[in-house]
Amino acid sequence: MKQNSKYNNDILRVNISSLSLRNPTILASGFLGISQELFNKLYRYGVGAVVSKSISTQPMEGYKNPTVVSLGNGSYLNAVGLSNPGAESFSKEVISNKQVPLIISLVGSTDSDFLPMVKKFDHLNICGYEINLSCPHVTQMGMEVGDDPEMVNRIIKTVKSYSRKPLFVKVGVGNSDIIAVAQIAKDAGADGITAINTIRAMTIDIETSMPILSNRIGGLSGKPIKSIGIRCVYEISKKLKIPVIGCGGVFTWEDAVEFMLAGASAIQLGSVIGYEGIIAFSRITSGIKKYLERKGLKNAMELIGLAHKY
Amino acid sequence: MHINIDHIRIVNIDNIIEETPSIRTLIFRDKLSSNAHPGQFLMVWIPRVEELPLSVMISDKKMHAAITIRKGGFGSTALFNKKVGEIIGIRGPYGNHFTIIKNMKKALLIGGGTGLVPLMRLATKMNEFGINSTFVMGARSKTEVFFEKQANRFLKNTKHKVIVTTDDGSYGFKGSATDTLATIIKEEKFDRVYTCGPELMMKKVFALASEYSVSVEASLERYMKCGIGICGSCCVGEQLVCKEGTVFNEKDLRLMTEFGRIYRDKTGRKSHIVDYN
Repeated sequence: MKQNSKYNNDILRVNISSLSLRNPTILASGFLGISQELFNKLYRYGVGAVVSKSISTQPMEGYKNPTVVSLGNGSYLNAVGLSNPGAESFSKEVISNKQVPLIISLVGSTDSDFLPMVKKFDHLNICGYEINLSCPHVTQMGMEVGDDPEMVNRIIKTVKSYSRKPLFVKVGVGNSDIIAVAQIAKDAGADGITAINTIRAMTIDIETSMPILSNRIGGLSGKPIKSIGIRCVYEISKKLKIPVIGCGGVFTWEDAVEFMLAGASAIQLGSVIGYEGIIAFSRITSGIKKYLERKGLKNAMELIGLAHKY
Repeated sequence: MHINIDHIRIVNIDNIIEETPSIRTLIFRDKLSSNAHPGQFLMVWIPRVEELPLSVMISDKKMHAAITIRKGGFGSTALFNKKVGEIIGIRGPYGNHFTIIKNMKKALLIGGGTGLVPLMRLATKMNEFGINSTFVMGARSKTEVFFEKQANRFLKNTKHKVIVTTDDGSYGFKGSATDTLATIIKEEKFDRVYTCGPELMMKKVFALASEYSVSVEASLERYMKCGIGICGSCCVGEQLVCKEGTVFNEKDLRLMTEFGRIYRDKTGRKSHIVDYN
């Protein structure tokens, strides 16, 4: 497609484990992620890859509204509650996927939840999985599972025993040490780490004295968590020598480059979409390209972990 | 001071109008909402109960706006039961809006239920621009007819007609709003048809208007969470109702394979639309 040719640019191509992406920008899980037609549109608009909303074995309604609160200054608080159509329905949604590099995010409580889901997706045109071990606002899912080292080990081994597609594990900042969880994931056979998820946070309306989110507590995303994300990516990639996908408050190409210098092979975008829509992908991509040219670099991968030596 | 429209504004309910036994209009003071364009919506917070997307209704009072709610689910019933003096939170107005064509002479507005709300706001614009309008309002029966008097009043400076239809014939014309449209559109030439209401009604309106090569704008409804274009819950194919809508024109509608067919529930699963006989 002619429309896509400007995004097919070798200087921007990155490899993460066995994945090869035309550029390092990825849609973060939870944003815009239930419609194949939207995935196609994102691809037309230049996305390198798409991560779906986290999918569970059964459909989930999530929490009552309000589920998303805009805090201003490039940040959001959300407790959507992992609403998703369930593996059966979502596998039918993406059955028509032809060209979008699609990573399926999976969430569950025990290792036995994952195998039936992987069996539904593995034969489809998808390019990998991201296991959500870090959603900070649903009990017995996400972060609560991530805090159980033995369960993390079993889940990853279960998925890897069935699928040859690359598996990424999304970790966050919570009770457990993020590096320790990433280490367990690596030892169990994960191909890469996505860091970070939202961070547990809260907001209260001062006129009514009431928490705004129906779940009261949610996850903070956007600009305020960027530097925490940079630190996590830096530490994980430096200590663990495993591919890392950076996530958390990327709004500009400068943010993306910073994540890559910290050790990220690619970066995920989410909150920025609330400010400028999906045009953000091509804008950030072209910013990275100009930076690479100015620095005389031949490929974006040369940026990965450059800050480690200092 | 600059107001961030995404931040919840707490407003006091100043007045309540009982439109029908199951529909009420709640009036509150809010400058931003009072200036909303027809078709824009607010995310309305019923503290510790729900947050609902609702089209902005017009109020006669300066600097005031309103929302019109039909009691039904948990959230809408809680909102319906609010009393004068109680508070709600609002953010927005969000979304695009109905548009008026340059040199427009005649418009047709057609809707039903609380879908009449954005059309009422549009009616005041028609009045302001001196555009002659025919306003078709559909209801199941006489007890569910509302906004008829207000529509006549809002359109008072133009040559206008307000036609009410009821399914059971207990008031106005017997039959559906689209039955009446089928007759009118044959006889008169309109520059644009504006519609909001049950989606299968809008689908018929779109089909009729297309048949007679009349431009259409329809305001769609989908389940919403964020209202600001990030969660994707309200998608119709590749379009987001909260951001690229709620108003879509005939070009958009023609490409929307899900229009009049598919609705996504809270989980994101697709189901077939069965809202109209």
